[in-house]
Amino acid sequence: MAKRMGILERILRLDRRWVFIMVALSVALPLVFPLRLPVKVSEPVERLYHAIDKLPPSGRPILLSVDYDPSTVPELRPMTIAVLHHCFKKRIPVVVLTLHPAGPGLAEDALKSVAAHYPQARYGKDYAFLGYAPGVGLVILGIGQDFQRTFPSDAYGTPISQIPLLAHIRSYRDIEMVVDFTASALYEAWIGYAYQRYGCRVGAGVTAVMASDAYPYLQSGQLVGLLGGLSGAAEYETLVGWPGSGQAGMDAQSIVHLLIIALIIIGNVAYFTVRRKKRLEAESKSAI
Amino acid sequence: MRRLFPLAICFIAGVAMLTQYFVPFLEPLYENALIWGRIIAAFTLMLGMLSLVKVHTARVKRRTANWQYSIITLGALAYMMLAGFLSRGGAFEALQKAWGSTPVLGSLFSGLQKVFDFDSVFMNVQIPIQATMFSLLAFYIASAAFRAFRARTVEATLLLIAATIVMLGRVPIGAKIPWVTQITAWILDVPNTAAKRGIMIGVGLGMVSTSIKIMLGIERTYLGGKD
Repeated sequence: MAKRMGILERILRLDRRWVFIMVALSVALPLVFPLRLPVKVSEPVERLYHAIDKLPPSGRPILLSVDYDPSTVPELRPMTIAVLHHCFKKRIPVVVLTLHPAGPGLAEDALKSVAAHYPQARYGKDYAFLGYAPGVGLVILGIGQDFQRTFPSDAYGTPISQIPLLAHIRSYRDIEMVVDFTASALYEAWIGYAYQRYGCRVGAGVTAVMASDAYPYLQSGQLVGLLGGLSGAAEYETLVGWPGSGQAGMDAQSIVHLLIIALIIIGNVAYFTVRRKKRLEAESKSAI
Repeated sequence: MRRLFPLAICFIAGVAMLTQYFVPFLEPLYENALIWGRIIAAFTLMLGMLSLVKVHTARVKRRTANWQYSIITLGALAYMMLAGFLSRGGAFEALQKAWGSTPVLGSLFSGLQKVFDFDSVFMNVQIPIQATMFSLLAFYIASAAFRAFRARTVEATLLLIAATIVMLGRVPIGAKIPWVTQITAWILDVPNTAAKRGIMIGVGLGMVSTSIKIMLGIERTYLGGKD
């Protein structure tokens, strides 16, 4: 018993660097030796997939707003890539923009890397990049009032009147839907302005910690679908049939989640056992 | 007058923007306001940059603690701005076209083009740095969960159980445990959504009341200074 107590007390005093080593190994090992755990698709992801999948090929474009910075790339880039693959596969025209100052490089890179897989896709006809526009809510409202005045040219300075895909867009009436990838509450601006004011359907891809915030919008139908964190990306990749870094990261995430749960359980068992022992010792001392 | 003038602008602009929502006649005003807003938003970026330069220049001048980092910040700012203007503005292409036929100048311009390659610096320096900083969070969360996440009270126990189930339910391994996925979906759909809705309605009402107070000049802290 005393020996067990000694172990538990030592666990409570465990140097945090051991925890760091365990986390590092839990992340690294599944990436080197993949477990290939099957990904189960959740309803919010399925809803977004079907909303996009039902769109007619070569019809009205879908607007993808890439609103994240490099810190959340590991979570949000895989879902951006997966949705882009879906659009390119289905020949749904894509217009990409960003409302985040650090977003242009990331948005352009994601778009170019996916477009490279589809040699038949032509810039200006099947996809276009608008770049960054400051003002968030004002830009979203501006698209609803007059798209041409809000974006007079694309990211490369070409007037949009010379870009076949963009030339006919006047407002949200000419856009099928918006999907916002963000690590902030920016999707709420798209819901509040693009959906509520102009009736344009909105989907969102957010980080895992943000996902629970979006559920009320999902239930009310203000969001057509939701991708939450790396698991959302992995689920979308499964549906699209394009395994990417989302699926590759799910093994590591599974093991890290298990590790954290194990640490919580071990920490609690050790804490309450040691506390009980100390209380019993104190009671016996006071009885003497 | 210094107080009255901004308050009057705020009141008139607030009432006008509120009214235009219900009066189609005022739509041109709304469209112009959107354009003005976007121009102002662009200037706020410049203002933010100037503020950064001002703060860090003052730190370097006063030699405050860790002032050396301020030099790095200012240097990085200047470098990225220069790289952005040169590589995106087509400056190197123009220089190559004009004087690139001279071997020395041609190789100098191509060398400079590599040094000031904005996209390359962004993709190979900024992305790894920021992603690394953010990923450190996983280590601290694991350590904090081990040390501080204790079932001391009923509320803490409920939180702990819910967190454990959701953590399992959001990864593929959880799908192998019966009911975990269904319970996770229920936690997110029912208690989570109910709590979030309550918070959102509260925040919405707070926003409306604060907006009215700002428009009526009751809330003046945005003017800065004291009344």
